[in-house]
Amino acid sequence: MADLSKSVAIVGVAESDEIGIVPNKSALTLHMEATRNAIADAGLTVGDIDGFLTAGYWGYDVAEYLGIKPRYTDSTSVGGSSFVIDIAHAMAAINAGYCEVALITHGQAGRSARYPYGRDPNVPGAQYDTPYGIIGPPVNYSMAASRYMHQYGEERTRQALSEIAVSTRKWAQMNPKAMMRDPMTFDDYHNSRWIARPFHLLDCCLVTDAGAAVIVTTPERAKSLPKKPVWVLGAAEYHDHSLLHQMPDMTVTPAHVTGPRALEMAGVTHSDIDLTMIYDSFTYTVLATIESLGFCGPGEGPDWVANQRTAPGGDWALNTSGGGLSYTHPGMYGVFLIVEAVRQLRGETGERQLKDPKLSLVNGTGGLLSSTGTVVLGVD
Amino acid sequence: MTQQPYKLPLPNSQPESDYYWEKAKAHELWLRKCNECGDAYFYPRDICPNCYSNNVTWIQASGKATLYAYSIVERGPTPPFRDVVPYIAAVVELEEGPRMPTNLVDVPFDEEHIKVGMALQVTFHDVTDEVTLPKFRPVG
Ligand SMILES: [Zn+2]
Repeated sequence: MADLSKSVAIVGVAESDEIGIVPNKSALTLHMEATRNAIADAGLTVGDIDGFLTAGYWGYDVAEYLGIKPRYTDSTSVGGSSFVIDIAHAMAAINAGYCEVALITHGQAGRSARYPYGRDPNVPGAQYDTPYGIIGPPVNYSMAASRYMHQYGEERTRQALSEIAVSTRKWAQMNPKAMMRDPMTFDDYHNSRWIARPFHLLDCCLVTDAGAAVIVTTPERAKSLPKKPVWVLGAAEYHDHSLLHQMPDMTVTPAHVTGPRALEMAGVTHSDIDLTMIYDSFTYTVLATIESLGFCGPGEGPDWVANQRTAPGGDWALNTSGGGLSYTHPGMYGVFLIVEAVRQLRGETGERQLKDPKLSLVNGTGGLLSSTGTVVLGVD
Repeated sequence: MTQQPYKLPLPNSQPESDYYWEKAKAHELWLRKCNECGDAYFYPRDICPNCYSNNVTWIQASGKATLYAYSIVERGPTPPFRDVVPYIAAVVELEEGPRMPTNLVDVPFDEEHIKVGMALQVTFHDVTDEVTLPKFRPVG
């Protein structure tokens, strides 16, 4: 494979004007706000965009709404990881000359949409899972967590899930855009109501309305733009199932492929990473992903996150935006991971800013622990 | 057969799975098995997903399984399931090898009585006159 490390840069990131509960705006308006803001952040105009990547909608529906006519288009839809995977696709397309300035955009009225998002009745999940009430992420991810508990111990697992929920909330308290900013104690976690046992409410991500966008371009173009380029040093994607019962091992996510590959491409190791951004659809997603990425061995995740190690002031920075658990999660969250990583690497995150981070690993998970994209981002 | 109108979603059978659901209606659990590579697999596909052979047959499963993973659902994921909580979503591993989604039934909604790895047996629920869902209950 061609060595594409550091061959493109992220030059613009933004959320929509409002995120959280935004009933007065459609998903496509959220797309448009995010795109406008990301273009402004990059110092570009909409006419500069010639590559267009989105997920969840047909690409031309969104592009038409946004007034964009791309010569490269990609509507990869493998859940919330799609936008992280899109970084790799933008990198490949730019290097192949298909486009020069790629927009990755997302908007979703997960909370306030007037018409629910439907599921194709012809897919296997509608036939084999739906009649049993095996529908949606909480039911499926909680089943996977039960498997982890069986293999590695219930109390140990529960402690890890609570550590992740509590530490993530502490970061959210320092993010003015986060939806949940009240303090959370361990008791709050344990006392929150059951959603799908073993998941409490506070194991589960939020459901919000939000958009975000990212702009990727060439090193030459990046150097002419106002913001410090954030280099794409490594990128990898993988999926190994759609339905949970087809997952090879419910305690190992596809990050076991993408983590090592992305790090290898970047030429760095786990211990070089200053900030890890992991898609926290659920506390369990984080626990399984830390292990799958290779930061620690199978079953060692609870030790890795013990004693609020991932909270502000801890020695392993994780999900500094407050994550899907406490900041925002409109349904597909992956693009927001990149937004935070880029802002941290640029030094733009105010009260929660890490001290001079140089490298961030971002891992998005989509579907039912089905797909992941991992990217390693860095600044000079 | 059933007393009250059944309000939960029914399986959307496809050409490759009509036989599976017909057999379920007869209170039998059948799987696809490949004559070339020997793989038994769920869910039914006319072509073996392991070796891509068309030389696949149907076999009757023993109905014996172990519990692989489960969730006691307290908040229904869609409106019709909100009326039937709690229920137990489960993935079971069949004696023949494949895993399948199901409900665990005839057990208290209590983690003390539900252990991953426990032995299960298929049981058939005639949810409408036309449709039967294979579910699983503890052995003994
Ligand atoms: Zn075969």
